[in-house]
Amino acid sequence: MMAATASYPRRWRAPGLFGSPGRRLAFWAVVLAYLAWSLSTLNIDTARVLAGLPRAWTILERMVPPDFSRWHLLLTGMAESIQIAIAATIAGAVFSVPLGIAAAANLSPRPLYLAARAFIVVGRTFHEVIIAIFFVKLFGFGPVAGLLTLAFSSAIFLGKMLAEDIENMKPGPVEAIRATGASFGQTFFYAVVPQVLVKTLGVLIYRLDSNLRHSTVIGIVGAGGIGQTLSASFTRYDFDFASAILLTIAAMVAFGEWFSDWARRRLR
Amino acid sequence: MTAHQQPPRGTAPARTYPDRWERYSPRERIVHWLWLGGIALAAAWSVSALDIEWAFFADAHEQAVDLVERMWPPRWSYLPRIVQPLIETLHIATLGTMIAVVFALPVAFLAARNTTWNQGTWLIGRAMLVLSRSINTVIWGLVFVAIFGPGPVAGICAVAARSVGFIAKLVAEAIEEVDAGQVEAVESTGATTLQVYGVAILPQILPVLIGTTIYRWDINVRESSVLGFVGAGGIGLLLYASINQFAWSQALVILIAILGIVIVSEALSAYVRSRIV
Amino acid sequence: MAAEVQAAGRPRPLLAVEGLAKVYPTGKKALGGVDIVIDRPQLVAVIGSSGAGKSTFIRCINRLVEPTAGRVLLNGQDIVALDRKGLRAARRRIGMIFQEYNLVERLSVMQNVLSGRLGYVGLLAALRYRFPPQDIQAAFALLDRVGLAGYHDRRADALSGGQRQRVGIARALMQRPDLLLLDEPTASLDPKTSRQIMRLVRELVAERQTPAIINIHDVALARAYADRIIGMKDGLIVFDAEAGSLTEAALTQIYGEEDWSSPQEEDEDIPAGAAAMASLGMTS
Repeated sequence: MMAATASYPRRWRAPGLFGSPGRRLAFWAVVLAYLAWSLSTLNIDTARVLAGLPRAWTILERMVPPDFSRWHLLLTGMAESIQIAIAATIAGAVFSVPLGIAAAANLSPRPLYLAARAFIVVGRTFHEVIIAIFFVKLFGFGPVAGLLTLAFSSAIFLGKMLAEDIENMKPGPVEAIRATGASFGQTFFYAVVPQVLVKTLGVLIYRLDSNLRHSTVIGIVGAGGIGQTLSASFTRYDFDFASAILLTIAAMVAFGEWFSDWARRRLR
Repeated sequence: MTAHQQPPRGTAPARTYPDRWERYSPRERIVHWLWLGGIALAAAWSVSALDIEWAFFADAHEQAVDLVERMWPPRWSYLPRIVQPLIETLHIATLGTMIAVVFALPVAFLAARNTTWNQGTWLIGRAMLVLSRSINTVIWGLVFVAIFGPGPVAGICAVAARSVGFIAKLVAEAIEEVDAGQVEAVESTGATTLQVYGVAILPQILPVLIGTTIYRWDINVRESSVLGFVGAGGIGLLLYASINQFAWSQALVILIAILGIVIVSEALSAYVRSRIV
Repeated sequence: MAAEVQAAGRPRPLLAVEGLAKVYPTGKKALGGVDIVIDRPQLVAVIGSSGAGKSTFIRCINRLVEPTAGRVLLNGQDIVALDRKGLRAARRRIGMIFQEYNLVERLSVMQNVLSGRLGYVGLLAALRYRFPPQDIQAAFALLDRVGLAGYHDRRADALSGGQRQRVGIARALMQRPDLLLLDEPTASLDPKTSRQIMRLVRELVAERQTPAIINIHDVALARAYADRIIGMKDGLIVFDAEAGSLTEAALTQIYGEEDWSSPQEEDEDIPAGAAAMASLGMTS
């Protein structure tokens, strides 16, 4: 009876991620085609890669247990990384203020604004390691190059964030303070600073944390810190010491992240 | 009315008002100074221990000018030789991200409190997140070059190893914020755990998963531009070699190329993400 | 008649605006040559529909908006001709009060009030909040006068709208201004608070013998509290007379056709005292 009055479809398929079966097919076809193309262009030494699998096991075996016996070397490298991070954050913060003001469309004259923005875009593009290698060429191997690298990229990052905060602040108080006959500096400190200070401090703490992370890498091109020690231990196949360094870095970075979250929560 | 007739001075207050006012109480003042002192000490410790050779700074500007002069003009004839490494760089970023997504999903379910099995599995999931995230891509590169030897495979693995933690952390947070009502509704039909994950949770976290993945991809393009420094494939190898041979005008061409692909991938990623949300 | 006698004794008007014009870079003509003279301390209300140029006019006087042509003579000095330094000095003598109060919200009431003296202290003193004792005394006295005694250490974002506007008024008066500019000071306030603020402004104009120009949407408020009303339309002055002579015909001229005698406008209860004060400017 029922079947006679209304014939309901007996087939139904869930609407997939891609809307229709055709689009789903197209998606997987594109993925497969990409995999085929990319894997054929990359010259992969299959034999070497396959040899790597048992090798990974030997390396892992040699990494456990980690060797903390050269702890003084580890400690010196870690301390240097932390010093680089702190000094770079402070130096970066100092330089970020003029940069941030120059890159804020509502405070800075048009040509200066465009120049500052272009500087930020170009500076942000390059990985810290690339910047580090230039400073190593200019200042020689050692922590100074690392300090300058991180100070440079911190200034750009903090300057960008500061510029955005300044652009997003309320214009009313600035107009009001200007209307009292205050100078540019006074207007900046009375109307701009109170509006952006708390956010900027939060960004600063975040940047200290990320400088701590980055300071472990730039040593690879000789810019000081624990990265240099780590890189050396890898080239000497000193894997148990390398694993000790890796664990220490992981612990420090995790602590840094926890500290940064805690400190930013305390800011109001 | 009276005000009109009185001279302005006549309205001087009968009361006297304090003529001293301090913004901060003495205690706040001490706290401020302690903070400043602490920061100054940290700065002093950092800078003094770094043994900075200040003399280097004296001629830094001359060296910089010298460097710029050597770089300019860029050696455009070098461009054809870097096309292949550039494509390889993009492949490392893309393949690494693809592998990362596959691994990130189970890790995310393990590391989210409401989908993990017990305290033990949750701790394992969290430990994987911390380990993956706290080691930089380049350092992962060192590890995988030691395993697989130099080449793009090490780079792909390095990108994947770092990205798993990044993607899984954000996805795990999304899982923990999933609407519990929908999950209960599916559970009440008697579905198995995996069915619940697939039907009730996955659709809810999908936008986060896709958005995070695309965002990570554009970070990975930037990261894979330097993986060559440790031998893990991509354009970094040529850049490192050019700089070590003091072939500065060649290095400039590479830098411009990196600038190009990083900016394009960043814009592409921002565009796609804005379309999704 | 005391005020007129005083005016006759003065060699020049307090404020004279001559041919003030403003064309925005977009080509919009906001002001098309405005002339007014204020020769005694009075409360001058500027009315007109949105886009008539009221806000541009008031901002051209202290050059928060740069006028395209014309002169603004404050006590005989042309503000439009001043360089940056001279402009800053001139702005110190012009207090301004805003619709959105424009307090710096994270600062305390006292810091906001003292910011009215920024033109008189150096950058370093301002940073350390070191103001002369007489300024601090004056700030406390002003807070008392505007009804905020004891509020000096509150943060500005903890205050109500009416309280914030009182702080804004205190900040403007800290400048010991020769002229007050008020840009829609009551537009964000409820009717009762609006009246209180208008009464305060009116009293302060009388006490301090300072002329004030006020942009206002509310015609009833303008009638009740202003001494003189200026009507603007399309960037030009179409009405300028004592508040009592603002007729229905004049309103039609300013705002266009509308039944101005509809009860909504007339029914608002004007307090007896305020009505008496409103008539003061014309009858006494």
